[in-house]
Amino acid sequence: MYKLTIEENAYSCQADETVLDALLREDVAIAYSCKKGTCHSCIVSSPDTTPPEAAQAGLKNTLKKLNYFLACQCHPEQDMTIKLPDQAAFYSEGTVVVTEMLNRNTLLLSLAFKDTFKFNAGQFVNLQRADGLTRSYSIANTPQESNILEFNIRRLPNGQFSEWLHNEIKVGDTIAVSEANGSCFYLPEKNDQNILLAGTGTGLAPLAGILTDALTQGHSGSIYLFHGSREVEDLYRIDEMQQLDEEHANFHYIPCLSGADSPEGFSHGRVNEVALASLPDLKGWRVFLCGNPDMVKQMKKMTFLKGVASADIYADAFLVSPA
Amino acid sequence: MTDIQNHEEAIVSETLYDRLGGEPAVNVAVDIFYRKVLNDDRINGFFDDVDMETQAAKQKAFLTMAFGGPHSYTGADMRKGHAHLVKMGLDDSHFDAVVEHLGATLVELNAPQELIAEVVVICETTRNDILGR
Repeated sequence: MYKLTIEENAYSCQADETVLDALLREDVAIAYSCKKGTCHSCIVSSPDTTPPEAAQAGLKNTLKKLNYFLACQCHPEQDMTIKLPDQAAFYSEGTVVVTEMLNRNTLLLSLAFKDTFKFNAGQFVNLQRADGLTRSYSIANTPQESNILEFNIRRLPNGQFSEWLHNEIKVGDTIAVSEANGSCFYLPEKNDQNILLAGTGTGLAPLAGILTDALTQGHSGSIYLFHGSREVEDLYRIDEMQQLDEEHANFHYIPCLSGADSPEGFSHGRVNEVALASLPDLKGWRVFLCGNPDMVKQMKKMTFLKGVASADIYADAFLVSPA
Repeated sequence: MTDIQNHEEAIVSETLYDRLGGEPAVNVAVDIFYRKVLNDDRINGFFDDVDMETQAAKQKAFLTMAFGGPHSYTGADMRKGHAHLVKMGLDDSHFDAVVEHLGATLVELNAPQELIAEVVVICETTRNDILGR
């Protein structure tokens, strides 16, 4: 018999019970459907325990790494702390240490934390204003930089939250920040696999984090980064990416412009069109897609049709909240 | 449903599913199958508006069922889930195309012919519900 802990409550899991059986017997509100490991409705995580292998069968690698598992397939092998998907997120306080413009509409915001902030490059957090207004933003840096989180914040027309960050926030202010979420990040396994990174606008933020992470961990396969926007004034970190391209033989940076003008050194066209035209065969590749939801949706399908395994496609579509 | 029925069903379905290779086999088959479906102009229009990930999960559930594996679909679920497609013109020809791709997928994975035939039989049991008849 093992102990299952959810927030302040402890439950017992009998020898022949799955975690789902035990929680249902104890009247814990948990979503479930097939009880066979197929539908994934009962997915939960255990922040402090590696779940049994059988309980993670069929999950994405990145979710496995975050200790997600299927409650219906889990016969515990030790006491477990369990986090339900709808459990209130834990917020910590970040202090603004940097605000500067990266281009005409994108703000670099850096927040410092008292303790080390646990995350994987490419994940996102929710930022919350004092009045409760909350928005999701991708983290732009890598965990090596210990207790700092960086964000690239694009000013949206009538965007309540981005306007606030652009116009009012200053160094020394504090913002509530949720734990890191999302399964779009780099894992060092298969380090000779080729990687395609494609993003629009501030989709560069998580992709640059993933790129830095992969390079730091000695990824040996080719890495292609396609970053697109309409006009050159809306791209950013161009010099930094070009320098990485020069320093690493396996990294290729392709900035793309879809507007009328494309100066020398920039590919002309939408990022998805340029990427797909440059890389005819994607069999065996790993793909990361961030930014415009239509681009992400289209690229998921096209890269899959060009041979990428569905398990190797990681995506983060940036949805715009209604003003 | 009584326990005996449950038990018998478990044995019958376990046989085909296990002989096909269970969950790992579904995982291999689902990409091959779904790629064939998305490449087929006769039927890919029905998949235009759906998110790949959501759709891939559904395809996996469908293959698990077609392989005789564990599932919780009822005829009513099938009707409800496909009603909007029937309105768009989903008919026997589209159903046949999907079954054809499933058969071709299994051939590609070197599944024995008699097991493929059993899979086709399971698919056939869903035809009228899916087509809303």
